[in-house]
Amino acid sequence: MTAASPPTQAGPAAELPPAAGTGGIWRLLAAEWTKIRSVRSTLWTLILLVVVTVGFTSLLTLAISASWDRSRPGEHAAIVADPVGAILGTGITFGQLTICVLGVLVISSEYSSGAIRASLLAVPRRWPMLAAKAVVFGVIVFVVGELASFGSFFAGSAILHSHAPVSLGDPGVLRAVLGAGLYVVLLGWFSMAIGGLLRHTAGAITTAIGVVFVLPIVGGFLPGSWGHHIDNYLPSVAGSMIAQAHQGVDQVLTPWQGFGVFCIWTAVVLAAAFYFLQRRDA
Amino acid sequence: MIEVRDLTKHYGDKLAVDHLSFTVEPGRVTGFLGPNGAGKSTTMRLILGLDRPQAGTATIGGRRYDQLARPLRTVGALLEAKAMHDGRSAYNHLLYLAQTQGLPRTRVDEVLALVGLTDVAHKRTGGYSLGMSQRVGIAAAMLGNPPVLLLDEPVNGLDPEGIRWIRNLMKQLAGEGRTVFVSSHLMNEMAVTADHLIVIGRGRLIANCPTQELIEHSSERTVLVRSPQSDRLGELITAGGGVVKPEDGAAPPGGLSVTGMEAPRIGEIAAGAGIVLHELTPRLASLEEAFMEMTAGSLEYGVGPEAQAARAQAAQASPGPADGSQS
Repeated sequence: MTAASPPTQAGPAAELPPAAGTGGIWRLLAAEWTKIRSVRSTLWTLILLVVVTVGFTSLLTLAISASWDRSRPGEHAAIVADPVGAILGTGITFGQLTICVLGVLVISSEYSSGAIRASLLAVPRRWPMLAAKAVVFGVIVFVVGELASFGSFFAGSAILHSHAPVSLGDPGVLRAVLGAGLYVVLLGWFSMAIGGLLRHTAGAITTAIGVVFVLPIVGGFLPGSWGHHIDNYLPSVAGSMIAQAHQGVDQVLTPWQGFGVFCIWTAVVLAAAFYFLQRRDA
Repeated sequence: MIEVRDLTKHYGDKLAVDHLSFTVEPGRVTGFLGPNGAGKSTTMRLILGLDRPQAGTATIGGRRYDQLARPLRTVGALLEAKAMHDGRSAYNHLLYLAQTQGLPRTRVDEVLALVGLTDVAHKRTGGYSLGMSQRVGIAAAMLGNPPVLLLDEPVNGLDPEGIRWIRNLMKQLAGEGRTVFVSSHLMNEMAVTADHLIVIGRGRLIANCPTQELIEHSSERTVLVRSPQSDRLGELITAGGGVVKPEDGAAPPGGLSVTGMEAPRIGEIAAGAGIVLHELTPRLASLEEAFMEMTAGSLEYGVGPEAQAARAQAAQASPGPADGSQS
């Protein structure tokens, strides 16, 4: 234990200076920024996002490149048809797990530590606190997500260059790379909403990863056109379509349509999180 | 000023606060007393808008807590020792709270100095002792220099020096004209701190009066008398206007507990009748005993025959097991 110095006998300050002139929104954004930057796990998780995404992209594209000449003709048709989709798909699949964890943690850690009570005493109307959190977290994840996305693209396209050349200037490629970062932002909000609804870190992380990672695997096994439609409308399946240059032959949604579907999923879960934040006992 | 009117809260089937009404005036320390599970913390959470009541209102200076624009400048609250993230430093915990209220960073330094944590302010609170965490909580409560303070069991986990410090701080704050509302389950602690007491049990108001009045009312004098002729002596005392009860508990058996008559008079009666006395002891009921007696019927998780009887009564009144999920 660290020793505390003896408390001073002096009472509270006689008068506080008047509140700074900044508006309420900026005060809350500053507070949420302080919260998120003052916990070490934030930094580590964000670093992990970039490392895992770029790392897995490099590893998997290296593996594809190394076995390219030994594989049967036609096996790489999908990669040649949409190299950017293949490159981004490899890394984001794994990198997105870190965002599920961080998204849940930014809110569930407040519940598990009890800090939520301090936060809500400061902002008793509640929803502005969650809105400010969503904005600050969204901006941070956008910056880091784009870093991971562009990093993956440049690493992957350099590795696959001799087999499936692709550049940012090709049709749909810039949109796909930017879109991968946007997908990560939405996924962060989606996970944050789940964290706010469930409040318990372990349960919320399990749920978020289940929805994002496990459901698509199950969805892939659903038979027939009926099952295929369901699979394509799953949150992470639909949302990650934005990271492709164009609609795949076996997909029922265009990249923007898929992204729109994920926007609706996220909006619904976020709305539920706001609703229950207002309604429930803290 | 805090005004609670007809406040009612139940969690599922369990009634935590039952049509509770009281007012907490500024300029004095008001103690909020009750056994564990009486509904003290729930009442404070309802006042602070953390929990929503099923009925009734709680206002601070005439406004509901969630209607306050910058609430920490009006109300400071200490709810539990650890309402902070283990991985965040005390400084950053207080900083983000200050930012929500538009308070400058210098105010964070001031409250850290006030509670004596300046030297460890940048260490993560996960390594803090309970007493240090409690001080961070006090610092957070004092951040907005609020005219109203709510402190839930503030001396929990503090060493004697810390307890004295909190007592003095509360008295000083009340002396400055602030409203200080502090809960405790320890009567003796409240007796030395609070000017006024609000006592609850099972979510209902039991007493609301100045501390001194409660002490005088509670500290009924009794006299313990032992005599080999206790039956005869008891009759004489009763005839003389005293109230006699058999003394239970104290060994050896056969003692009498007398109220309404002073020890000298009992001695005179015994001498007059030629009765031998083995013991004649004036006693002052301790505050803690008085408090136990006052709240015995409302004990929920207590031990001993009284509490068991109370529970049996309660079980008859409202079937179904009570769950102790909150205090």
